[in-house]
Amino acid sequence: MTTADLSSTSSEFRALITQVDKRRHRKDRTMRVLIWGAFVLAMIPLVSVSLTVVVHGMQKLDLDFLTHSMRGVFGGADAGGIYHAIVGTLLITLFATLISVPIGLLTAIYLVEYGRGSLARAVTFFVDVMTGIPSIVAGLFAYALFAVFFGPAVRMGVVGSVALSVLMIPVVVRSSEEMLRLVPNELREAALALGVPKWLVVIKVVLRTAVAGIGTGVTIAVARVMGETAPLLIAVGTIDSINTNLFSGRMMTLPVFIYQQYQQGLVPCTPGQQNCIPTINYDRAWAAALTLIILVMLLNLIGRLITRFFAPKNLG
Amino acid sequence: MTSTQSPPDAAPVGPPPLAPPARRRGRPGRVRVRDRGMSRAFRWLATGAGALILVVLAAVAVFLVVKAWPAITEPTDQLVAEVPWLHGASSLLSFVGPLIFGTVLAAALALLIATPIALGIALFISHYAPRRLAAGLGYVVDLLAAIPSVVYGLWGGLVLAPFVQPVWSWLGETLGWIPFFSGDVSPTARVLLTVGLVLAVMILPIITAVSREVFLQTPRLHEEAALALGATRWEMIRTAVLPFARSGIISAAMLGLGRALGETMAVLMILSPGFLYSFKLLVAGQQQTIAANIAAQFAEASPMSVSALIATGLALFVITLFVNMTARWIVSRRKDFSGAN
Amino acid sequence: MAQRIDVKDLNIYYGDFKAVADVGMAIEPRSVTAFIGPSGCGKSTFLRTLNRMHEVIPGAHVEGTVAVDGVDLYGADVDPVAVRRQVGMVFQRPNPFPTMSIEENVLAGVRLNNKRISKSDAADLVEVSLRSANLWTEVKDRLNRPGSGLSGGQQQRLCIARAIAVKPQVLLMDEPCSALDPISTLAIEDLISELKSAYTIVIVTHNMQQAARVSDRTAFFNLAGVGQPGRLVEIDDTGTIFSSPREQATEDYISGRFG
Repeated sequence: MTTADLSSTSSEFRALITQVDKRRHRKDRTMRVLIWGAFVLAMIPLVSVSLTVVVHGMQKLDLDFLTHSMRGVFGGADAGGIYHAIVGTLLITLFATLISVPIGLLTAIYLVEYGRGSLARAVTFFVDVMTGIPSIVAGLFAYALFAVFFGPAVRMGVVGSVALSVLMIPVVVRSSEEMLRLVPNELREAALALGVPKWLVVIKVVLRTAVAGIGTGVTIAVARVMGETAPLLIAVGTIDSINTNLFSGRMMTLPVFIYQQYQQGLVPCTPGQQNCIPTINYDRAWAAALTLIILVMLLNLIGRLITRFFAPKNLG
Repeated sequence: MTSTQSPPDAAPVGPPPLAPPARRRGRPGRVRVRDRGMSRAFRWLATGAGALILVVLAAVAVFLVVKAWPAITEPTDQLVAEVPWLHGASSLLSFVGPLIFGTVLAAALALLIATPIALGIALFISHYAPRRLAAGLGYVVDLLAAIPSVVYGLWGGLVLAPFVQPVWSWLGETLGWIPFFSGDVSPTARVLLTVGLVLAVMILPIITAVSREVFLQTPRLHEEAALALGATRWEMIRTAVLPFARSGIISAAMLGLGRALGETMAVLMILSPGFLYSFKLLVAGQQQTIAANIAAQFAEASPMSVSALIATGLALFVITLFVNMTARWIVSRRKDFSGAN
Repeated sequence: MAQRIDVKDLNIYYGDFKAVADVGMAIEPRSVTAFIGPSGCGKSTFLRTLNRMHEVIPGAHVEGTVAVDGVDLYGADVDPVAVRRQVGMVFQRPNPFPTMSIEENVLAGVRLNNKRISKSDAADLVEVSLRSANLWTEVKDRLNRPGSGLSGGQQQRLCIARAIAVKPQVLLMDEPCSALDPISTLAIEDLISELKSAYTIVIVTHNMQQAARVSDRTAFFNLAGVGQPGRLVEIDDTGTIFSSPREQATEDYISGRFG
């Protein structure tokens, strides 16, 4: 091969590896831009929602707002607050948690430690199905359940708790199941080999090992149902004053409060009228929304911190 | 109860009332652990909790049917007389029809908007974003899911609707010849397109999360095979990632659809309702969804109205059940070409 | 269609970590060059720099030159995507696209180019490629079946057919037989011997007998210790390496004293 030959094939090869297929590269670049664009696009609502909630919410949110109910507040008066709604939300969610966690956790234990055969398969399948129940249907169910026993006018905090439980149980089952399955089998076998009865193995070894993860799952499930509105709207109703009895009468909750204030809309103030703010209802709604988001994010944060600080560290 | 070997059909003595199928663990050679006392009680407790889930779900169906029954069986003329918002419909079905239509239309709209964006985000996180950023970005998208729906409704009604109104007006003027954009554009933008937009934002996180997981599971081997053949990054995604993830993408979209179908508050707080079979997305007073209708009417409803509302709720339950089960079925269906190697 | 590869002063990094240092070698056209050496010595990493596949890993970069036919693959105007079309690669584990049929797998690389290829041309290309990969007679009746339905050895030959369907100049093989049984391994080795008349072949192998059987030249890589970069110890005719290597380390490795 002469040098001339070499250089000619050489330039041929150079052409082969430097030639850029314009169409393919343009398409690659277009897709890259589109994909980056999709991400940026999705950030817009997130930023817009958080900004507006914070900016509008800050205007009305103060200690007074947090410690007063709406009792006797009417018109455009710059008064009233969400104390009754916070109390309602906390009580109803707490009771829903009390119902959901034992059932959900025990079901997860059943699925991981005992479940075999058709019952286990059915439970797994129907937990999936339950995950997809629309929240309003859960509300209708809770209402229907109590209406059969207490008559059609039933509106109680506990009805809302039951509705939320229907939404919460599958989430608790899923996350706990996942955590329990992460516990290495060697631990169970080691404990069983020491002659520890199975139930103690489950409680003292398996649950102890998985407790942080389960705690995280439960907290995040609570955060999720805390923002539910529709089931509470139809099962618990609305009220302007404080009610701390889950088993009697309507209760107010934060999400429903936001909806109620939004629904009342602008207040028709006559010009020159003292103590009348046209947008007072919206202001309250924004402030309540900020409170609700803070509560939800706080729970999410706590959930993540639980794993960080309480997860067993020296585990193989 | 203390038999060590369990033949497939061993009839349990004193079985836990709800758990007979659990006893059929007839795997050959499987030795049953003796359990007694607390261990047995604990096993029954756990099994009972599992069975309770089935009872609860059955109860949901049963109680809904029980409470809906009066409206379903009531003669139509009496029903219309007793339920003010039936708008002179000739039967319960002819009333539920437009509601189902509105529900499906709103959800489909949301899905149409959300799916491409969600897939873009998922690909961004799995294949485009710098490695260090990716995990944090995933978390940010999950934050969208943590915002309560009522807050989205508030934002949609007070911020988004006024913001998009000029855009909708422009759409109506320039693209009015398309049936979807025809008619008098609402001056408040409390229309189905705005609802679809908000619903899309709400279902974005679930579609993103599921498809991101599938994208990340694409075997590196297949990605490298494509790259080694001289594929650009996008061509690699098209030849290796997308085909592998196809069933996952479909089920992610179905899960998103299920969410959108059942969403109440965003619709209730934004949409100006109507009860027509109408495709006009920019006109007020055209459509309504089942969930929003229930929430809107429930507070002041007479017993017969409540019964009719629960009947519509039952329809919603069946639709979402169908969608979700289809999603699961698609996931579980594995065929030759599914990518499960 | 076969090209000579000249590597000069090549350093390979993952981020700040230097994985391979100071490699220089010439790879002859129309021959088989084998890379041997203990695990972690950088032979696979080095192989992947020959078609810029290492760039897939974030943070990986090189110093030095890899010249194919006198053209530096790392030149400023060179497109890595185009490089990979000219320098094909076969991987450790067979990786046919599971969602594609056998035929589509063979055509995958060609289809990427968006070139409209006529049905008869496509059929010809499939047949020629599969025949070159010694797979045609086994699969000609089921070209529409998924590639994942084949045996491991057949899948690997399908991958080779897929790689040569885009008509590369060089074929890189990263332990192509390590996931296969002995009979499939033999089939692949026979195939390699046939392919070297048309391609420059570089093969990484853990199996020294395989290197001795299939290669014309053998390069031995080694590393001084964990955390140290891998280095090329020597490269020579395969016969020389296995009978009278220049370096003590090579002899130790070949005689099984370590690695």
